[in-house]
Amino acid sequence: MKILTEIGKYFILMAKVFSRPEKNKMYYKQIFREIESLGINSIGIVVVISIFMGAVITLQTRYNLENPMIPMYLIGLTARDTMLLEFSSTMVGLILAGKVGSNISSEIGHMRITEQIDALEVMGVNSACYLILPKVVACVFFNPFLTLLSMFVGVFGGWLACVSTGALPSSDYLYGIQYWFVPFYVAYALIKTVVFAIIITTVPAYCGYNVKGGALEVGRASTKGIVTSSILILLFNVILTQLLLS
Amino acid sequence: MVILRNINKSFNGEQVLYDISVEFEPGKTNLIIGKSGSGKTVLMKSIIGLHVVDNGKIFYNDRDFVSMNHKEQRNLRKEMGMLFQGSALFDSLTVEENIRFPLDMFSTMTEQEKRNRVNFCLNRVNLDNVNRLFPAEISGGMQKRVAIARAIVLNPRYLFCDEPNSGLDPKTALVIDKLISDITHEYNITTIINTHDMNSVMEIGEKVVFIHQGHKCWEGTNVEIMNSDDEALNDFIFASDFAKKVKERNIDQSSS
Ligand SMILES: Nc1ncnc2c1ncn2[C@@H]1O[C@H](COP(=O)(O)OP(=O)(O)OP(=O)(O)O)[C@@H](O)[C@H]1O
Ligand SMILES: [Mg+2]
Repeated sequence: MKILTEIGKYFILMAKVFSRPEKNKMYYKQIFREIESLGINSIGIVVVISIFMGAVITLQTRYNLENPMIPMYLIGLTARDTMLLEFSSTMVGLILAGKVGSNISSEIGHMRITEQIDALEVMGVNSACYLILPKVVACVFFNPFLTLLSMFVGVFGGWLACVSTGALPSSDYLYGIQYWFVPFYVAYALIKTVVFAIIITTVPAYCGYNVKGGALEVGRASTKGIVTSSILILLFNVILTQLLLS
Repeated sequence: MVILRNINKSFNGEQVLYDISVEFEPGKTNLIIGKSGSGKTVLMKSIIGLHVVDNGKIFYNDRDFVSMNHKEQRNLRKEMGMLFQGSALFDSLTVEENIRFPLDMFSTMTEQEKRNRVNFCLNRVNLDNVNRLFPAEISGGMQKRVAIARAIVLNPRYLFCDEPNSGLDPKTALVIDKLISDITHEYNITTIINTHDMNSVMEIGEKVVFIHQGHKCWEGTNVEIMNSDDEALNDFIFASDFAKKVKERNIDQSSS
């Protein structure tokens, strides 16, 4: 019952978020601000994690394949498809849910308890739209780039692992990552990314926007936002995979 | 002119405001006084629609605020300025950007006009050379003044101040009170101020409304307040021994 109320309140807030902005110029400015704080500042973490995951996937696949019947280049193919299908969209989504999500819910929660949101409302500004819409737009546009970047860097990380450990010949890996490439996998990953971007921004924003109390509650709202959006990402991952790949 | 008729407000079944009716006049500093927790902030937030009242009517110069839809309320709010209990400046923006914000959002002024207006308002609250600082880098009293500047930048017809001088030393508090009072008279604004500071009441209380446990117990001027016979009000204004003695002496003197 409580969960239904929450869902209802979430959609009421979204109706406020996705309404016509008062002054487009102010919103463009906000969008660029958010692209910087939510997108560009996430490049580092995405690159680091993708490189290591690409390397680990390659090595693990290599050491689990002792059968000489299986050609070595399949390891490259496996690493590539794992990055494309799951890692670069879902795992990066989960990581961003932590980083971007906590950023959003603590920022908005802080604005709530210090009455900054009330101040916006008193001025006659639609605070939900002004605070949340630019974040959603920024992530929906920028996260696909993060996903593409993660794909390239991850595959590159696999190659680095081959070269540095000698686990398999670089030529096999390079052949593997070009073998039987399915372009739709990239599209599939990007579609997931866009859906995840909406989850990552709106759910923590909802939690922050409805904070009551003090700093402690802001912390709680932040945790709640991350946990809820992570679960939703996993859930929508299943739904979208069934819809797109079956 | 802001008129309240029979305002009731409760949270989750717990009633905070009981049947409040009062008129706030333009060009005057209207004070709402009462103990901590008596419902002053709730009343003020109900008047501007941040809380939805259970029943009752609110009129802004004959415009019925309660029956307006969200959009109409938002439009009416462009005529309001508010100074919050904790200043509520946007901490990601500089002082100048804070004051400019309503102009950027709603006015069609040119850059130069906006800059002039911001400087005029900063001047009006006696602040110089703080344009590029962030709210965290200035003192509490300065934050209050910046918040006043932001509240008046669009020339509001209605100004709301929630405890404008809480957390300030008596001298700075006086400066802020004087500032609000001056602005009110200068532009004929309907100003409503929440306070529990008796100094403010004596200085600028042209109309005083006393709220006690969610009820309106008394209203009058700062001259009448000293001679009221409302028990709760006397309890409130003569809370300190010193004030009680002053009152007794006054009575002695006038009777002898
Ligand atoms: N959002 C809310 N939900 C539930 N109860 C509330 C809410 N806001 C205020 N109250 C209750 O309403 C009562 C009046 O609170 P209010 O903030 O108006 O007091 P106040 O007169 O402004 O006090 P102070 O001088 O300390 O600011 C308090 O008992 C408070 O617990
Ligand atoms: Mg209060």
